[in-house]
Amino acid sequence: MKCSNLRLYIHYVSVIVRSTMQYKTSMLLMIMGQLLVSFSAFFGIYFMFQRFDSVKGYTYSEVLLCFAIVLLQFSLAEMFGRGFDLFDGIVRRGEFDRILVRPRNEILQVLGSRFEITRVGRMIQALMIFVYGILTSQVEWTFARILAVVFMLLGGCALFSGLFMIYATLCFFTLEGLEFMNVLTDGGREYGKYPIDVYGKRMLQFATVIIPYTLVQYYPLQYLLGRTESVFYIFLPLVAILFLIPCWLFWRFGVRRYKSSGS
Amino acid sequence: MKKYWAFFRLRFSMGLQYRVAAAAGIVTQFFWGGMNILVYRAFYETDAEAFPMSFQATSTYIWLQQAFLALFAAWMVENEIFENIMNGNVAYEMCRPVSIYNMWFSRSMANRLARALLRCFPVLLFAAFLPAPFGIGKPASMGHLGLFLVAMFLGFGVTVAFFMMIYGLTFFTISPNGLRILISSVVEFLAGAIIPLPFFPDKIRTVLELLPFASMQNVPLRVYSGSMSGEEMIKGILLQAVWLVVLVIIGKVLLAFAEKKIVVQGG
Repeated sequence: MKCSNLRLYIHYVSVIVRSTMQYKTSMLLMIMGQLLVSFSAFFGIYFMFQRFDSVKGYTYSEVLLCFAIVLLQFSLAEMFGRGFDLFDGIVRRGEFDRILVRPRNEILQVLGSRFEITRVGRMIQALMIFVYGILTSQVEWTFARILAVVFMLLGGCALFSGLFMIYATLCFFTLEGLEFMNVLTDGGREYGKYPIDVYGKRMLQFATVIIPYTLVQYYPLQYLLGRTESVFYIFLPLVAILFLIPCWLFWRFGVRRYKSSGS
Repeated sequence: MKKYWAFFRLRFSMGLQYRVAAAAGIVTQFFWGGMNILVYRAFYETDAEAFPMSFQATSTYIWLQQAFLALFAAWMVENEIFENIMNGNVAYEMCRPVSIYNMWFSRSMANRLARALLRCFPVLLFAAFLPAPFGIGKPASMGHLGLFLVAMFLGFGVTVAFFMMIYGLTFFTISPNGLRILISSVVEFLAGAIIPLPFFPDKIRTVLELLPFASMQNVPLRVYSGSMSGEEMIKGILLQAVWLVVLVIIGKVLLAFAEKKIVVQGG
């Protein structure tokens, strides 16, 4: 059963990719655009550190590593979770009715409804900054540290996907995407570029208790940068995957309460 | 002139209808503003010496930027114009006995102004009640306030005129998607929306200050808090006026050229 689900998803994706490929120039331009867009965020950091040597004890290369990891987490989640992002349209047009009557898992179908190949642009850019960040960082790479990065990527991807899911579920009730959710998704990416303790203690508490950003960013980063020896911190990002459970329950609740918009 | 005033009024009252959307957007603006200030506070606490302007001036800059976001934001372009150019509906607009440039110009101004009016008061009010270095400061003097209003008006004009030029270019590229994303991120960065221009390295800053992008939000937001000297202010405002005239001329020429060469897509 699991295997056939995966096959169906791959089939969905391949259909979308092939149809996007029909417009080659447009696709390339979009990828280029996406590639260059968040470079402005990078230059923002770069120029700030031309003026300042460090911020709250973090050097340029340390901030860069943090920025790269968060950007990669977000773009991974965005590439696969894009269906949730455009979910308000699916609900409003009544397409969700069709999804419900099909004998397949509805999350799978929503995820398979969109796959943005153009987001590869952001991904390439995240990878470039990631490589640059690793090259300039003075981190001594050990197996444990590599493991920490891999876990951070996994946990972060799960966290952002969970947030996309909450965003989509809210559409069941409001029929419209809520702009303030951007604070949690785009805001998480935009302000996650600096280690969270930069924003002060209160923000650190908020980002641990309410939405567990710190589990995938601040705490494992402390291990990565050699500020703590505690191996416990490596595994914290995996705890963030548990965040998907309440998100999933909320989604189930939303689906049960779903009333068709009728069109 | 009367025709364009009518376009303006029509669009303006249409723009004012989206009150709920504006209310939802304001929460985001409080958040972005607040987080931005926390970033600068961290840098300030680390090394106050390297700060190019006072912390109060930085906070004021950020809150004014959030309040008047709609006047200057590079991503708030008129998607309708892009769509019309792409799907060929622009042909109908050209049939009208009005100048297409003036019509689109007044339309963009009305849309941006309506959005800004809906959003600015709550943000300004909120920022005014924040404790001293984090909220919005008083204007340096009544004179500064006057110049701020002038600079704001000019900067708004430069922003709209710049995007009129982009609409003109779209006639030639047909698919605007890549161009649009690219331009808006470059403009945002060079105009000082990501980090204020004084935070750029000095050499780069002196070049950037001559470009049209610096004549958008940079001048008004800095004039208000008095972080520019008298001479700098006069120079800045004059440069704004020059860019406004230049951009309008380029835009008009470009559109006139496009109108002659245009091949409408489909029917």
